[in-house]
Amino acid sequence: MLLDALTLSLGYNATLVAVGATLLGIAAGVTGTFLYLRKRALLSDAISHATLPGVGLAFLVMVAFGGDGRALPGLLVGSALSAALGLILVQALTRHTRLSEDAAIGAVLSVFFGAGIVLLTVIQTLPSGRQAGLDTLLLGSTAGMLRGDALLIAAGGALVLALVLLLRRPLLMVAFDPDYALTRGLNLHRLDLAAMGLVLAVTVVGLKVVGLILIVALLIIPPVTARFWSDRAGTVVALAGVFGGVAGYVGAALSATAPALPTGPLIVLAAFALFVVSLAVSPSRGLLAALLAARATRARVHLRQGLVTLGQGLPVHEGYTRRLLTRAGLTRPDGVPTEAGRAAAAAALRDEARWRLLRRETGTEAEALVARDDGLTDLAGLLTPDQLRALDARMARPAGVTP
Amino acid sequence: MGAEFVPLSLTPILIGTFAAIACALPGNFLILRRQALIGDAISHVVLPGIVVAFLVTGTVAALPMMLGAGAAALVAVAGIEAVRRLGRIEPGAAMGVVFTAMFAGGVLLLERSDTSSVHLDVEHALMGNLESLIWLDATGWGSLLDPAALAYLPPELGRIAVTLAVIVVLLAVFWRPLALATFDEGFARTLGLPVSLIGLGLVAVAALAAVAAFDAVGSIIVIAMFICPPAAARLMTDRLGVQVAWSVVFATLSAVLGYVLAGYGPLWLGMQDAVSAAGMIAAVSGLILAVAAVAGPRRHGAAGAGRAQS
Repeated sequence: MLLDALTLSLGYNATLVAVGATLLGIAAGVTGTFLYLRKRALLSDAISHATLPGVGLAFLVMVAFGGDGRALPGLLVGSALSAALGLILVQALTRHTRLSEDAAIGAVLSVFFGAGIVLLTVIQTLPSGRQAGLDTLLLGSTAGMLRGDALLIAAGGALVLALVLLLRRPLLMVAFDPDYALTRGLNLHRLDLAAMGLVLAVTVVGLKVVGLILIVALLIIPPVTARFWSDRAGTVVALAGVFGGVAGYVGAALSATAPALPTGPLIVLAAFALFVVSLAVSPSRGLLAALLAARATRARVHLRQGLVTLGQGLPVHEGYTRRLLTRAGLTRPDGVPTEAGRAAAAAALRDEARWRLLRRETGTEAEALVARDDGLTDLAGLLTPDQLRALDARMARPAGVTP
Repeated sequence: MGAEFVPLSLTPILIGTFAAIACALPGNFLILRRQALIGDAISHVVLPGIVVAFLVTGTVAALPMMLGAGAAALVAVAGIEAVRRLGRIEPGAAMGVVFTAMFAGGVLLLERSDTSSVHLDVEHALMGNLESLIWLDATGWGSLLDPAALAYLPPELGRIAVTLAVIVVLLAVFWRPLALATFDEGFARTLGLPVSLIGLGLVAVAALAAVAAFDAVGSIIVIAMFICPPAAARLMTDRLGVQVAWSVVFATLSAVLGYVLAGYGPLWLGMQDAVSAAGMIAAVSGLILAVAAVAGPRRHGAAGAGRAQS
């Protein structure tokens, strides 16, 4: 069943939904990255909640003109207009009052959402509104999606992607280095507006599939996930698209395998699963990498301390250090240093002595070197042989050690 | 106001007002600390909390629901902190990752479990049912002195009143350290105040307010009241005490006006049925904020200084 779903053989409607969700995921991941990198990820929350009154008004207008209030294109136009108004209000509150952007976002999202709920209750009391089903736009619903709706969603997603491709250079520059972009004469304000416009378009397109409460997740989670895997602007954007697309595809396919498996939440949870895996195993910023790095540092510290102890002619008692030394072939299992161990111990001791001397010396060069002392770095790796010889000449030979 | 006002409208208005004030009070500090959206995050994760509580206990009794919602809020706050620190992700995005994922989990659980026998759905969680919290045993104002009728007050009223009292007391006791930590964290730290503990305590109080208010009025009001009345108050004054007072006034105004407009507004317009009171209260608070943003005396910031003084 799951295999059938993943290979798109569960019938026409399921395939339609899966293709639409994949395109939506790609578009959301890519555009969300620009907001995320500008540290305004939650702006998408205001945009998405602000669509609701537009949906309600569009329904009322379409009914007033004798049309079918449920026509998706009309609802999407209405939602886009009210989301744009919400966006303008967030900007206005942030620019013209002392309120910070997060307060403006929260105010707009809650007030617009509240107004939208009021309109929905008005619609429910209308004779034409009883089966309007507008509340499916809150959480999305792909059951009985029309072919025209799916095509509209696919076309919207493709259009957004095409626009992103067109604007990618300035958008990337603004996202990763706004100061540099400013010196290159780019108009930050206009480009921010463009990025928000694209996010708005994705939100509107995504209303039908994942709903306005959860579309935020598709705009935030894939970019955050992608950031774990790369520091390069273009790569992050592309990866966010890939992660979003995979989440959309897997979520839609899973939801087709059984009834009562809503598409929107499954897409979000698929995206979240990718995030959790990336948080765990990303090579540069992941938990596993951090854990391994911490372990390696701990081993180096212990090895170094063990060698210094041996160099002073003292036995090493601590179990972990003994095992490290033995495994490196520096001591025998009974703790007596081997030939290589004695040489390494002497080298470690000499290095310690050199550092001690350097710490007593003044002058910018010595101080710059001391600033790099982490207790692990071998001074021989930082100085030229000539400098080392000069340092050794200044140093009284440490008592009790024969190098 | 006729005799029907007391049984049908008095208790919903009181509950709405108490809930609005309970959220607006901690909201003042959240706004000043630029943590306004933590209220948004908490009110989203209430849904998975109550769904899990329902699945565990099998009932929709108030106490397990509130415990579940409170636990979910704690999980969310811990999760946001963990994602922020472990993944080195900026707070807004960390919040977005955690609360959307938890909300999605809640919706999925709800759809997958058999809740047909009980009144538990997403819309109820969002909109609450303020209109249904009526006091049928009251016959008029005289019932306020009638112990028999008072015994049948909606239990939500007692819960939200106690919560509000707890929040007021906590704010009064911790006012100075909270104000110091909010306006000048560095200075508060040099005084030896446990700054991060104070921050955590504030979030906990916000969660308490959100959970208790959610029980009675739904998530929409919770988010709106955390942000709109304090934000409007911030545009009126530079003094923290005055700001908090204004926020209480605005919260009360939103709740009362919103409820009345939702209940009677459509009738005045010639329509038959009332509209969502929760939605209308949020909308009214937005209008108040809009007026303050256009005409508030301190909308551009303090004269001379950039920040308010405690």
